[in-house]
Amino acid sequence: MITFVILSMVLIFVDHRTALLKPVRYSLSVLMTPIQYVSNTPMRVAEWSSDGVKSKGQLQRENVALSNQVRLLERRVQKLASTVAENKRLKELMNSSEIVDDRVIVAEIVGVDPDPYRHEIIVNKGRNDGLYEGQAVLDADGLMGQIIEVGPVTSRALLISDSTHGLPVHANRNGVRAIAVGSGILDKLRLIHVPDTADLEVGDLLVSSGLGGRFPKGYPVGIVSKVSHDPGQPFAIVEARPTAHLDRSRYVLLVFSIKGSVEEPVEDLTEELPSGKISAIDGGEG
Amino acid sequence: MTRSEGGFAILFTFIIAYVFTVMTLPSSLAYLRPEWVALIVIYWVIAIPHRVGVIVAWIVGIFQDVLVGAVLGQHALALSVVAYIAFMLHMRIRVFPVWQQSLSVLLLVGVYLMLVLTVQRTVATTHWTLWYWLPALSSAAVWPWIVLPLRWLRKQYAIN
Repeated sequence: MITFVILSMVLIFVDHRTALLKPVRYSLSVLMTPIQYVSNTPMRVAEWSSDGVKSKGQLQRENVALSNQVRLLERRVQKLASTVAENKRLKELMNSSEIVDDRVIVAEIVGVDPDPYRHEIIVNKGRNDGLYEGQAVLDADGLMGQIIEVGPVTSRALLISDSTHGLPVHANRNGVRAIAVGSGILDKLRLIHVPDTADLEVGDLLVSSGLGGRFPKGYPVGIVSKVSHDPGQPFAIVEARPTAHLDRSRYVLLVFSIKGSVEEPVEDLTEELPSGKISAIDGGEG
Repeated sequence: MTRSEGGFAILFTFIIAYVFTVMTLPSSLAYLRPEWVALIVIYWVIAIPHRVGVIVAWIVGIFQDVLVGAVLGQHALALSVVAYIAFMLHMRIRVFPVWQQSLSVLLLVGVYLMLVLTVQRTVATTHWTLWYWLPALSSAAVWPWIVLPLRWLRKQYAIN
């Protein structure tokens, strides 16, 4: 008994502090993959039957909605072409290197962490498809999270709303930088260390800034949903709602970011904090 | 009565428990999910303590860690401690009526949850509320419905 308690504690320590047990976990996870798939069967059956049995009216409505959307998107694409060309010209003017489009593959969510206090998903792509740890996971509307564990055929991704997750963002409107950490609640992110004087408003779009070197730059992360100033707090209280449908997406995109595409050094991230503190102190005294 | 007899049946119950553990539930029900693996371990320890004990519980726990992506050893620790307590009390719990067994299960699963949470809080910061203890109640509530099929299984495969 005591042996096993000690053994467990040693394991916990080793697994938490080092990467020595990665191969063990990797091979054991192969054994557990069928269980993941079986446990997902009811959901698949439900989805398959709702896909298979749709009324004509439903299909027609869907068709109309989709073709409307296609028209809308096409209009935007037309504008986009000219914008891209213009952007390229301007970039060339500024002598900066051209940013290559990130390569993306689509994966299906095959499992969700059963523990409601941890926001993790399991996707049906793994090392065989070239996935790697730290890879960004997106859905159609924004950034969802990052891959934290790669198995041979499935991988585990941590969502941005998990309370252990944080990512550097900046406001699309004016470039104010912040760090968005998960709150443990699916539709809420917290922006930490935001000075009281920072120009953030409700409705501001936050996009990934790429400063941490992990996430690609420029993907939408969330929309500021609350800004409040408490004189007793050193920083402003800012909350955001993720744009990605963290609880509804079925298919996700995995981005292969091109190495060396991060222009800013990581030090930029830490530079912001002291200045934030100073201005907060100033605000507190004044 | 060879040792391998019914081994597959026992393994099968654990696999079913794993499947139920990771099955997708509506988010409102997810907080109520009973700790299936712990329940099955408790049952077998009480029923056949000479075959399923701390060692089996520990191995089952390691697999659960891999399955739910926890730090290796977290559930192994909790399950082996629970198996040990159940082993110490198995003579007493066996003669209890089922509802009284449920109360014991409530406490055992409570210990299990407490250990899991302790490790969880040591290795990472977690968002945590009082709802966390709900699975202990739901586990105790489903206990009678666990005992009946497992008893049948034991008779069927003569697991002793």
